[in-house]
Amino acid sequence: MLKLYDQTFKSRLLLGTALYPSPKVMQDAVRASGAGIVTVSLRRETAGGKTGDAFWSLIRELGVTVLPNTAGCRTARDATTTAELARELFGTPRIKLEVIADDETLQPDLTGLIEAATVLIKDGFEVLPYTTEDLSTAMRLVEVGCRVVMPWASPIGSARGITNRSALKLLRQRLPDITLIVDAGLGAPSHAAEALELGYDGVLLNTAVAKAADPVAMAGAFKLAVDAGRAAFEAGLMGARDFASPSSPVVGTPFWHAVS
Amino acid sequence: MVLIVNGERRETTATRIAALLSELEFTGTQVAIAVNRGVVPRARWSDVELNDGDAVEIISPRQGG
Repeated sequence: MLKLYDQTFKSRLLLGTALYPSPKVMQDAVRASGAGIVTVSLRRETAGGKTGDAFWSLIRELGVTVLPNTAGCRTARDATTTAELARELFGTPRIKLEVIADDETLQPDLTGLIEAATVLIKDGFEVLPYTTEDLSTAMRLVEVGCRVVMPWASPIGSARGITNRSALKLLRQRLPDITLIVDAGLGAPSHAAEALELGYDGVLLNTAVAKAADPVAMAGAFKLAVDAGRAAFEAGLMGARDFASPSSPVVGTPFWHAVS
Repeated sequence: MVLIVNGERRETTATRIAALLSELEFTGTQVAIAVNRGVVPRARWSDVELNDGDAVEIISPRQGG
């Protein structure tokens, strides 16, 4: 079970709702992924517009838990205000906290992130911070009260997978009691499986599914990979070795030590 | 008076959020409101007074990652 603060979820996959070829494909992909949580954003509504309503009714039909984000926020202040709007709009204290430092890499602003998380936790929010693999930042986020930390695998939408495996392993080792979710940069189901094999509690992805040739089939593939990765972690993976070690028994090999 | 609604200047006679939303035909829609960066809960939309130059953000759910 995936634990987010005091709530648990059956699926370890969290799916984004953006960039799909159609609303129908988005809904089908969410269903195929088995995700119990989907991410949404907040944007300005145009006068008389029903854009938000139309989208919201699609999400409600899915019967899933909504995780609003603060995507696009460049300062801690913008992010905290957006989180408050999200709480008002969706009636949930849960927020995927993003404070972006750089448009090219969508690199999180780590000081802004800690600043915003501190304010939001004090205000009763359940903060899920989108961060880098940096251990000191993750530790600070935990210190200020975050019980979930979401490091990136690589930049958002880059599909490069886990680029700093040892740092992610270290995070897992040092924060054994914190829910860790790899968020951003996953491009293939194997990347998701790798995160779960490392002991991560879950993965959050969007583009890899939405931009696949067949998003619904890809959502199903990610579901299998997440399940496989978790099962492998629970089964206990063997350690890597530098040299070969035969799997077939050596004793009794035909012609072995044959007297010439 | 003039309000800044979602970043654009707008002439209005509305002095309350509820009236502004109705003028903009938002009645019954899924939105959240901030005035001058402070979130105003739905329950207070008929009470909170709007003043000339106030910045009103009208926000709704969208696709997100």
